[in-house]
Amino acid sequence: MSDRAVQDEVSEAAEAKARGPSVATDEHPIAPYLRMDRIPHIWCPTCGIGTVVKCFATALEETGVNLDKTSIVSGIGCTGRVAGYMKLDAFHTTHGRAIPFATGLKLGRPELLVIVFSGDGDLSGIGGNHFIHAARRNMDLMVILVNNFIYGMTGGQNAPTTPLGARTSTMPYGNFERPFNLPHLAASCGATYVARWTCLHIRRLTKAFKEAIGRKGFRFIEVIAPCSTLYARLNKLGTGFNLMQFYHDNAEIRHGEDPRKVDIGFQEKIICGKFVDEERPTFLEMMDQHYEKTLGDKYVPMPPEGGMIHE
Amino acid sequence: MKADPAGVLTGAHYLDGDFACGEGAMAAGCRFVGGYPITPSTEVVERISRRFPMIGGTFIQMEDELASMAAVVGASWTGTKALTVTSGPGFSLMMENIGLAAMMETPCVVVDVQRGGPSTGLPTMAGQADMMQARWGSHGDYESIALCPQSPQEAFDLMIDAFNLSELYRVPVMFMMDECVGHMTEKVVIPPAEEIEIVPRKLTSRSVGEYLPYYADRQSVPEFARAGDGYRFHTTGLTHDERGYPVMSAECQEKCVRRLVEKIRSNADAIVRFEEFGTEGAEVVLVAYGIAARVTQMGMEIARKRGLKVGMIRLIVAWPFPEKRIRELAGEIKAFVVPEINYGQMVLEVERCAAGKASTVLVPHGGGGVHDPETIAEEILRAAK
Ligand SMILES: Cc1ncc(C[n+]2csc(CCOP(=O)(O)OP(=O)(O)O)c2C)c(N)n1
Ligand code: SF4
Ligand SMILES: [Mg+2]
Repeated sequence: MSDRAVQDEVSEAAEAKARGPSVATDEHPIAPYLRMDRIPHIWCPTCGIGTVVKCFATALEETGVNLDKTSIVSGIGCTGRVAGYMKLDAFHTTHGRAIPFATGLKLGRPELLVIVFSGDGDLSGIGGNHFIHAARRNMDLMVILVNNFIYGMTGGQNAPTTPLGARTSTMPYGNFERPFNLPHLAASCGATYVARWTCLHIRRLTKAFKEAIGRKGFRFIEVIAPCSTLYARLNKLGTGFNLMQFYHDNAEIRHGEDPRKVDIGFQEKIICGKFVDEERPTFLEMMDQHYEKTLGDKYVPMPPEGGMIHE
Repeated sequence: MKADPAGVLTGAHYLDGDFACGEGAMAAGCRFVGGYPITPSTEVVERISRRFPMIGGTFIQMEDELASMAAVVGASWTGTKALTVTSGPGFSLMMENIGLAAMMETPCVVVDVQRGGPSTGLPTMAGQADMMQARWGSHGDYESIALCPQSPQEAFDLMIDAFNLSELYRVPVMFMMDECVGHMTEKVVIPPAEEIEIVPRKLTSRSVGEYLPYYADRQSVPEFARAGDGYRFHTTGLTHDERGYPVMSAECQEKCVRRLVEKIRSNADAIVRFEEFGTEGAEVVLVAYGIAARVTQMGMEIARKRGLKVGMIRLIVAWPFPEKRIRELAGEIKAFVVPEINYGQMVLEVERCAAGKASTVLVPHGGGGVHDPETIAEEILRAAK
């Protein structure tokens, strides 16, 4: 830092002190990671999605990843709006297709860090087939799924994650379909990093994001978050704050737990932790190794900066 | 620029239309293919998956056509030219992300080797009944570009054009083959790379601070930035402004959709392509494309031998449609005769453009084969009366 800059900073700090508490005047620490020209965001008060975004941005900051080489891909939904607020190369795609879109991005330019950030309905309902296949391939994607047990954007319909007995607008007498246990689904399909946290666990969630950024292959993080407007209201659970209270009282951390045992029942214990963290060759590594072995010198891999043909 | 020699298999070959199409894609600079197997298109990706590892391309067999098309749109945002290949049932599934490609203005090419439909239809036999789907298949307003080769040689040649058009106008281009063209084997001459003109992805020259992903005047194409170059742009399938930010208003919708439509309509003259023969002094003009054009030509010869004045327009680009020329001809002739392997698709365009000035006769074929040239000749005779 130049002397001039240091001086500026010192005098700014002095001025700030004179002004008193500066909460409102300072830039939010994650502002550089957001498209501030799109704030205010669309999310409801006490919705959990914003907290997940905060943890994610903090993880970007603390890992110091090259943001120019980081892409974020969302599908459609309240969570699907996340891509639109992140100051990265950002893709707001079609409902359920964030994972295959992200697959194309990654394979088109292998040096990119590609992160999928979307909702439970988007990734495990309409996009469920893509989810299991990307996990099976150990595709080099980091997938953040915000599970609010409901289709938020469209007004609170049943999701493949809605706990048995919970009310939704299309299960007005309570849900009678068995929900997915997402960590189990991901792990059994081949995901190499699988964790679940609630958005109350901001430090642990941030740490999980940081860890996952540093891993390769298919990394899956499920984040339980309140949909205050629909899930909480339809089930008379109070506000987002009450749901956070519920997480506080009912989340149990069990690292290394067998993913088969982490089902979520209606207003029952939520098992959190890191369930899978192993290293296996990723899709790209498998492909490279295989072609090197079978084709030898004839193999011409796509360059890290992609298959674009330049003039 | 000239084609990258790595992708160009220069020489005279004996290839089927599917293989030729795959070679065309590689010559055009395509380096990403996501696909899902379906007859009669599979040979295209079989060809490509064999050659790609040796030319720096990546092929992935996706879990379905929804995924294939989504992956193609994603890959194209890295600047890598991308292709997918399918037939009717898969084409239906691709419509979702063909719409996304249109909305995000993503260059890419979609091959549909048409078979008989609807539904699973006739997997191994020809059809041409997806022509309207190529134009209107995804919901909402957008303009389409669709090419329709009539031979393996053209499957190669037009594939280069398909990629070039997709780059020039930032649109998904539909490559409408049919089972006959896909599976027929003929001589295909692949020229040396330096004789193949390709349009490379043009990256914006603006700096990060100045760049707006959808800034363009009324009829033009915005500048492209690819993922990973530091632009940190935003793009969405929602109605968006110049920044690529969603704006939910009728005004923004008007601007956004109008440009998607006008960038093609205002350039239609440059895109439209057809072959015309014997129309001077003709009483009847045939309009056909793809494999049907080849049998139509045979029908035309029969009718000529019987003393009729018959000409023909062979569509090379089906969409945009050669509206102007058909309108002109309508004032000079008695009738258009349109043999196609469907129950009336492109004939509707002919009829629209003829606007009552000439009569329009469809010679339909339900699919599974091609017309008997004799049937076409008889229809010409009838129309000439
Ligand atoms: C093909 C298609 N079908 C349906 C919809 C309507 N739709 C939009 S968002 C959504 C559900 C999103 O749920 P989830 O992924 O859980 O996101 P949340 O809003 O809860 O964050 C649906 C059904 C759509 N946009 N596209
Ligand atoms: S509807 Fe639910 S998920 Fe959507 S913003 Fe509101 S609280 Fe959040
Ligand atoms: Mg949800």
